[in-house]
Amino acid sequence: MANNNGRRDFMGTVLGGFTALGGLGALYAMKRTWDPLPSVKAAGFTTLNMKEYKEGELVTEKWRGKPIFVLKQSPATIEKLKKEKPDDLKRLIKVGDGHYTVCVGLCTHLGCIPGFRPEKNDFLCACHGGVYDITAEVTKAPPPRGLDIPPFKIDGDKLVLGEEGPEYKKMLEEGITMPV
Amino acid sequence: MAHFDENARPFSHKWLNERLAVDTLKRVLSTEYWIPKNINFLWAMGMILAATFGLLLISGIFLLMYYQPNTQLAFDSVNYTIMSEVGYGWLWRHIHGVGASVVFLIIYIHMFTGIYYGSYKRGRELIWLSGMLLFVLFSAEAFSGYMLPWGQMSYWAGMVITNLFSAGGLHLNGLVEWIRGDYVPGQAFLNRFFMLHVLLVPLAIIGTIVLHFGTLRIPHVNNQDGEEVDFDEEAEKYKAGKIKESKVIPFNPVFLSKDVFVMGVYFVIFFYLVFYHFEFAMDPVNFDPADPLKTPTHIYPEWYFLWSYEVLRPFSTNIGLIAFAFAQVIFFMLPFLDRSPNVAPASRRGAFKFWFWALLIDMIVLTFMGKLPPEGIWSTIGLLAALTFIGLWIALPIITSKEKKL
Repeated sequence: MANNNGRRDFMGTVLGGFTALGGLGALYAMKRTWDPLPSVKAAGFTTLNMKEYKEGELVTEKWRGKPIFVLKQSPATIEKLKKEKPDDLKRLIKVGDGHYTVCVGLCTHLGCIPGFRPEKNDFLCACHGGVYDITAEVTKAPPPRGLDIPPFKIDGDKLVLGEEGPEYKKMLEEGITMPV
Repeated sequence: MAHFDENARPFSHKWLNERLAVDTLKRVLSTEYWIPKNINFLWAMGMILAATFGLLLISGIFLLMYYQPNTQLAFDSVNYTIMSEVGYGWLWRHIHGVGASVVFLIIYIHMFTGIYYGSYKRGRELIWLSGMLLFVLFSAEAFSGYMLPWGQMSYWAGMVITNLFSAGGLHLNGLVEWIRGDYVPGQAFLNRFFMLHVLLVPLAIIGTIVLHFGTLRIPHVNNQDGEEVDFDEEAEKYKAGKIKESKVIPFNPVFLSKDVFVMGVYFVIFFYLVFYHFEFAMDPVNFDPADPLKTPTHIYPEWYFLWSYEVLRPFSTNIGLIAFAFAQVIFFMLPFLDRSPNVAPASRRGAFKFWFWALLIDMIVLTFMGKLPPEGIWSTIGLLAALTFIGLWIALPIITSKEKKL
């Protein structure tokens, strides 16, 4: 009898073990099936010609299906920031002579699109009332941080979104933005 | 050893009985499933929910035949094909939309009836837990269904709700992208939510409804006084013909006739809404096709999610998410947070009476605040109501452990 039980236990363990292994394999396959498709990932680059933007005028571009805010800052704004909020200057991207705010136009709270208010020089998210200043740094909760800056590479007068240039890597290191 | 009568006619009563035990099934599940007499119309909500789920299933089957789960085609397949081309397509859509909204009203009535009469205690814990599981599954079903017309509210609700999974300060962007199958809600997202809505979640709901009924069978339903009825003894009285003295009646046909009456009243109101006031279940913003580059001015969920949305909203991201998670799971804990041994209506339970009404009113206030824009006085009231909600649940074990035994 004892012998018999030993064999049963062994068979049970082997069967259970193989079933568990198969189950884990199936779970992994299911996880991979839900991953973004390679075609979706490959389409993740956008090139912007920075000469086309006018000072103080917000343009919404598209990268990976997400809205991208591009705002060329006027020299007056830069002077004002130097005096009042020098830290915000680090959020700007310098291409040629211009200073640009380039950021993902999705609220860092839950992903609504904040609206630009030119008269107040800020962004208001209507969903939960978050406010961002002219460089898209947060000034009123609930958003936990300023709008994220997408990975970028400066290429002459052009900006390639989706590639990580040295300027972007520096921003990441200094904690100015989060990986998107 | 089973005995089969060779001479029994196929599909005759005897033939079926030998193969399926139909008599036993009928006895256990209906004619000798005893229900206390001392209950009111609120005890009919379960059957009303089952019937509404049936309507949602039938109307859903017909919608499924013309709906296109494709980001380019979905909006028109609902708003043009189903609404103006398919014969009576509007009927299925309005039943589906009104049913989805009304089913939550009945679920809340059903839940608060259970809370009021203490129907989650003394052997009825699993009824409560399986019921709460059904609430979560219905929420998932409602949310996934809301994505399908691919209007502005579908898209942006999908964006906001999937973003909750980044868990705020944990920045689980990979998880969010995995759930969406894309960087933003797109084709992959629509397809998988379509699958969830028409197959996986309904399957889980049907299974859990069976479990919910199963958990009810042995403890039986509660009654208006929380009285512990000796069902065997009372059933003997009933079967002996002492129908007036017995405290119980059989589910079928006696109690069911009352259920059917309440259902009749309910369906008059239900179909009045379907035919004349369906618009309350149809958000005008969702009649704009989804636009990933434009957020609607105000994003709010359907009314039945507003209270938990308002628990999230007044706080900063991380605290808000913790408060939201708290609101989602705390109802599950009710049988264990209520430390009182009493099974009785709230009106006889001292401080619990005030707790019950405070919770109900607070949730109604949260619901209203969730719909209003988060500005000025509304923000403040919303914050206070959210704090009250959390405070009430923290207070529950203290209040109930001090309750006198009745």
